[in-house]
Amino acid sequence: MPKLTEIRWHARAGQGAVTAAKVVAETALQAGQYMQAMPEYGPERMGAPIKAFTRISDEPIEIHNNIEFPDVVIVLDESLLDVVDVTEGIKDGGVVIINTCSPAKAVKEALGLDDSVRVACVDASGIALDTIKRDIPNTPIVGAFTKVTGVVDVEVFKGLLAKNLSKKFGQEMIDANFTAVDRAYKEVTVA
Amino acid sequence: MVDQKTLAATGNSLVAEAIRQCNPDVIPAYPITPQTTVVEELAKFVAQGRMHAEYINVESEHSAMSASVGASAAGARVATATSSQGLALMWEELHIAAGMRLPIVMFNANRALSAPINIHCDHSDIMGARDTGWIIMFAETAQEAYDNTIMAFRIAEHPDVLLPVLTTADGFITTHSIDRAEVMDDETVAKFVGEYVPTYALLDTDNPTSHGNFAGLAGPYFEFKKQERTAIDASKPVIKQVGEEFSELTGRPFDLVETWGMEDADIAIVVIGSTAGNARHVARDLRTKGVKAGVVKVRVFRPFPAEELRTALKGVKAVAVLDRSESFGAEGGPLFLEVRSALYDLETRVPLVNYIYGLGGSDVRLELMEQVFSDLSDIASGATAPFGLTYLGTR
Amino acid sequence: MSKWDISKISEWKSEDFPRAAVIPESGNSDDYNVGGWRSERPYRDEKVCTQCMLCWIFCPDSSVLVEDAKVVGFDFEHCKGCGICAAECPSNPKFGRKAIEMVPEGCEMPGVK
Repeated sequence: MPKLTEIRWHARAGQGAVTAAKVVAETALQAGQYMQAMPEYGPERMGAPIKAFTRISDEPIEIHNNIEFPDVVIVLDESLLDVVDVTEGIKDGGVVIINTCSPAKAVKEALGLDDSVRVACVDASGIALDTIKRDIPNTPIVGAFTKVTGVVDVEVFKGLLAKNLSKKFGQEMIDANFTAVDRAYKEVTVA
Repeated sequence: MVDQKTLAATGNSLVAEAIRQCNPDVIPAYPITPQTTVVEELAKFVAQGRMHAEYINVESEHSAMSASVGASAAGARVATATSSQGLALMWEELHIAAGMRLPIVMFNANRALSAPINIHCDHSDIMGARDTGWIIMFAETAQEAYDNTIMAFRIAEHPDVLLPVLTTADGFITTHSIDRAEVMDDETVAKFVGEYVPTYALLDTDNPTSHGNFAGLAGPYFEFKKQERTAIDASKPVIKQVGEEFSELTGRPFDLVETWGMEDADIAIVVIGSTAGNARHVARDLRTKGVKAGVVKVRVFRPFPAEELRTALKGVKAVAVLDRSESFGAEGGPLFLEVRSALYDLETRVPLVNYIYGLGGSDVRLELMEQVFSDLSDIASGATAPFGLTYLGTR
Repeated sequence: MSKWDISKISEWKSEDFPRAAVIPESGNSDDYNVGGWRSERPYRDEKVCTQCMLCWIFCPDSSVLVEDAKVVGFDFEHCKGCGICAAECPSNPKFGRKAIEMVPEGCEMPGVK
């Protein structure tokens, strides 16, 4: 695992990217790592394109700025691919994880990416609608993220998820979220 | 060292936690981005009975500081928080709080001032308060924001000081980032901060006093200002002492000026706040390439640690001072003016350049730090230093 | 509490003053004679006065002297001659005039220069 992993999140305001960026950071902390998570704040409204950032490292993180050269890009809304250059600055060996029902190979071609960058696709919205019964793609996409990158452990993430959800919801909701994470973990395809 | 809990939290929530743990009696506050979550959490703590403060919903920051002044003169421990336009609106009360020697602790989320409207980080707001008589502390990280806030109460209420303290963190960058931090338990903090025993309290009816009196005409206004100067000068050893105790307790270092690589540095950046980490990150990288780069972080701006800066920068071949605010029409930004003034007393002149950077939250990319160090290397090897200030990273 | 001694205030150094211009005792305006500020002074006609006490209530300098719940006169060491007592004094219908009137300083009777 590299010393520092930098993750950039692209989403529309309201899709839970900021929350997901935080939960991934908290998961890393649970595993004793150093982390940082920050939204790129602006006067956005629901639906506006937003960015968020997560840094994870084995050592203390000193830098405080936006992530220009990410190792991982996570796109929570497929329609952003036409609006934002989501792969801008991505490092060689990096990975783009996209919430889409299109196959990874086709998306990779559409983005014009060569083999230095991997593309991982998962129908996070579809999975969320099936399991959680709401279009909340952030939870399943983290499941796909844990599988594709190995940066944080899926079981540690689920433990934290259960802890957070239990403050407001019952076991049924926790189970639905677990199913969403497990399905995304299983169904994600990489090209 | 005490046991501490490691958690993931934003700078603002850590500041709110620190204020709760220091147990103020009164919190008059008005919300403003990016400070809002601090006062939201404090209001929640009060509503939940997790702290026993009187939370006053005021109608503006002018009122927030007015109520703080009144409550503090009454003998209460007072905390509040603000940002940007809010701090600007407090301007006259800032002077009153310091002039009345009231140990109020205020957190400021450093943010740009209008116009044009901007909600992001720079130091224009806090630098506007630099001559108000408040002690001013800067944090690089959420952890430092928590630590500074706890130390602030001890410093403010010290009998040799009795001055208000502004403890600050960079808006959004530090206030809204989730960061790893260690927090102490309530008992440890309460013991460290101690109980506030005011010497003159309006509510002490057995010893009636009159506050905010007139000292005009041939009255001793001038003498009272000299008292203020004496107090802020006396705060320096107090800050050091409190910092040492805090370090012993937590294992985290604290000094008015914190240096990295300055034992043998040829070139150095002097910086305040969250950018210090970016500068250090680049300096670390340069060290692996044989460049003797160093970083000097100013953690306490008032009282200004001139002696410490002279010690840190003596003999350095080229120094860049990074200002995240303007002092329009002056020879440079506020930090540059202070540093240059401090270094004037050195026998050998240290070549000094000034960069204005990151205004209105403009992102501090690592390449900007690389550019500054590269300029410094050129100056250290004989190039003429640019005259005047440089805007770093503007179009 | 012992009396705050400010007799040598003109010789005090900065550090001798109480912190932040705090006055560490109450009621010491009593020591400060402001009677010399007056250009007019209140004159009260005892036979017109109904002892309504409005002058005593309104006087901003607590300079209306009262004994046994009755106005007996003015404290001319602290009365600044503001005239509020005379303004508030209600006209007595029996006499068709107020009990308190302002007269030029140095005079005892209205109309006498």
